[in-house]
Amino acid sequence: MPDDNIIEVKGLSHSYGDFEAVRHITFSVRRGEIFSFLGPNGAGKSTAINILITLLKIQKGDIIISGYELSKEPQGVRESIGIVFQEITLDRDMTVEETLQFHGRLYSMKTEEIKSRTDELLELVELNDKRDKYTKELSGGMKRRLEIARGLMTRPEVLFLDEPTIGLDPQTRRKTWEYLRNVNREGTTIFLTTHYMDEADILSDRISIIDHGKIIITGTPQELKNNLGNDLIYLQTSDIKNSERILTGFPGVKDIREKNKGIVLTTDRDGTRILPEVVKTLEDNGILIEAVNLKKPSMDNVFMHYTGRELRDGTDSNNRREQQ
Amino acid sequence: MADLRFLYIYKRDMTRYFRFKTQLLSSLLMPALWLAFFGMAMTGNFERIMPAGDAIAGVPQIDYLTFMCAGIIAVTILFTNIYGGFFFLFDKNWGILREIVASPMPRKNLILGFCMSGITKSCIQATIVLIFGILLGVSFFGGYSLLRIILSVAGILSFVSLFAIAFLCISASIGLRMESAEGFQGVTTLLTMPLFFMSNALYPTNGLHGLLQTASAFNPLTHLINGIRYFAIGNDFTAIGLHFIYSTGDILISFVYLAIFALLMFAVAFKTVESIVVT
Repeated sequence: MPDDNIIEVKGLSHSYGDFEAVRHITFSVRRGEIFSFLGPNGAGKSTAINILITLLKIQKGDIIISGYELSKEPQGVRESIGIVFQEITLDRDMTVEETLQFHGRLYSMKTEEIKSRTDELLELVELNDKRDKYTKELSGGMKRRLEIARGLMTRPEVLFLDEPTIGLDPQTRRKTWEYLRNVNREGTTIFLTTHYMDEADILSDRISIIDHGKIIITGTPQELKNNLGNDLIYLQTSDIKNSERILTGFPGVKDIREKNKGIVLTTDRDGTRILPEVVKTLEDNGILIEAVNLKKPSMDNVFMHYTGRELRDGTDSNNRREQQ
Repeated sequence: MADLRFLYIYKRDMTRYFRFKTQLLSSLLMPALWLAFFGMAMTGNFERIMPAGDAIAGVPQIDYLTFMCAGIIAVTILFTNIYGGFFFLFDKNWGILREIVASPMPRKNLILGFCMSGITKSCIQATIVLIFGILLGVSFFGGYSLLRIILSVAGILSFVSLFAIAFLCISASIGLRMESAEGFQGVTTLLTMPLFFMSNALYPTNGLHGLLQTASAFNPLTHLINGIRYFAIGNDFTAIGLHFIYSTGDILISFVYLAIFALLMFAVAFKTVESIVVT
C-alpha cells in the first residue's frame, strides 16, 4: 500500500439476502484529501460507509484503513477514525460538554486531554456558549456541529461523514462545509457520502460516482466535468446561416443549433480548447462575432451522463431524517 | 489493566436518573398506589370476611398489608427492570448506541454498566417502598434490634439485586432486538402479567390450580418474595389464616435459584449485545 493512501478498498461486496447492495467496489483515499461518494438514495453509499466504520461485518473484499486491515484489526481501525452518522446520534439528556466527555471516555482518553480537546473543539465549531445546554435544546445545525466536534475528539486520521448536511437549511449547509474545510486544512482526511451534487462539487477533492452498488467513475470534480466535454458555446454573430455552415463538421463540435440571435455549439470535448479556433475560423471567413458565452456542465449533467438518469436532488430528501 | 469503561455507562445512566426525577417518581407511584388503595382496602375486607385464624402460641400474626407489602416491593422491582431495557431500544433508534458500538470499547461494558445502574436504582426503590410501607402501618422488622434490621435490609437488597440483574438482562435482550416501542411494550406486558399473578405477591399460592402452583414454584418472583418476607417478617408467622414457615435451607435455595437465573440471563444479554447489528 502506498504511504499516501489512508484508505485502500479492494473488491468490496455486500449483500442483504439476495440483494447485492455493494458490488465489487475498489477505490482508495489519499491522505489529507476530501473524498466523496456521490449517488442517489439506495445506491449503496451507506452500506459501504457502514462497513468502513466497522458497524457492518465485512463479507467480501479487503479494506485497509490507517494501516490496519479491517477484517483482522477492527479495533485499530476504530481507534484511528472519527464518525458522524447520518441520523442525529446524540443523547438528548446530555449537555454539550458531557457529550464530548462521554465520547472521550469511550475512547479511553485521559481526563486532562478530554478537557483541553473539549475547549479546543467547542471553539472550532462555535458552541462554547452552549457548553451546558442539553443537546435537545440545540438547533439542527448546532447538533451537526456538535457531532462533527465529537467525531474529532480523538484526533482521528480520517473523519467519516454519512450525508453530513441532510435536512439542513442552505445557510447552515454552507456553514457546515466551512467547518469541514477547516478541519481538512488542519490535516484530517475526510470521507463523506452525499446525494447532493453541490456538496460533492464544492467540498471534494475527488468524487466517486456510485450507483446500483458500483463505482461508475472517480475523479476531481473538474476532471469529471471536463471529461464529459459537452460544453455549451453560445455565439452571437453577424451571419447566423453562414456561421452554421462553416462550423458544421468542425473538429470537436457535435451539434449546432440556432438560438435567439446566435448559435449554440455542443462540444464533445473541453470547450475552452475549441473556442479560440472557432472564433478564429469565423473571423477568417469575415463573420463578425458580437458575443460569446461558454457554459461548463454541472454535476447534474455529469451524473446524468454516467448513470443515464437524473439524480433527484433537494426537496424529497429533506424529510428523510424525520422518516427514519 | 482491567477495562473500567462500564463505569462511564453506569455514570451516564445514574446522571439521567437523578437529573430527571420522572423515572424515579413514576416507578414509586405504582407501589404507593397499590399499598395505599388495594392494600388498605383489602386489609379491611380480609378482617371483615375472614377473621384472623386461630393464633398459634408464640407465632406472630401478620395483617394483610404487611403480607402484601413484601409482594409489592418485589413487583415494583420486576416492573422497573422488565421495562428498563427500553432504554436500549430508545438509544438504538434515537440515541447514542451507534456511537457506543462503533467505539473501541468492548460491548460487554454496556451490559455491565447497565446492570450496575439497574441494581442501584432497584435498591433505592426497594428501600423507599419499604419505608413508605412502614409509614402506612406495615409491621416489618417487628421487635428487631437495629443491627438485625440493618442485616435484614442487606438481605432483602441482595435478593433484589440478583432479581434486578436477571430481569434487566431479559429486558435488555428484548430491547436490543426490537425495532418498535409497541413491540417492546407488547412482549414485556405478556411476560409480566403471568409472572405477577402466578406468584405469592398478593395471595398465597395454595389456592392456585395444581399446575399453576408448580409453575409458581419456578417463578423467580416467588423466590424474591420469599426472600423479602423471610428477612422483613421472619421465618415463622401466620397471615390470612395460613401458617408460613421458611427454613434457612428454603431461603438458601431461593437465593441460589435467583443467582443461577441471573447468571443465565446475563449470559444471554452478553451474547445479544455482541451479536446485534446497529446501523
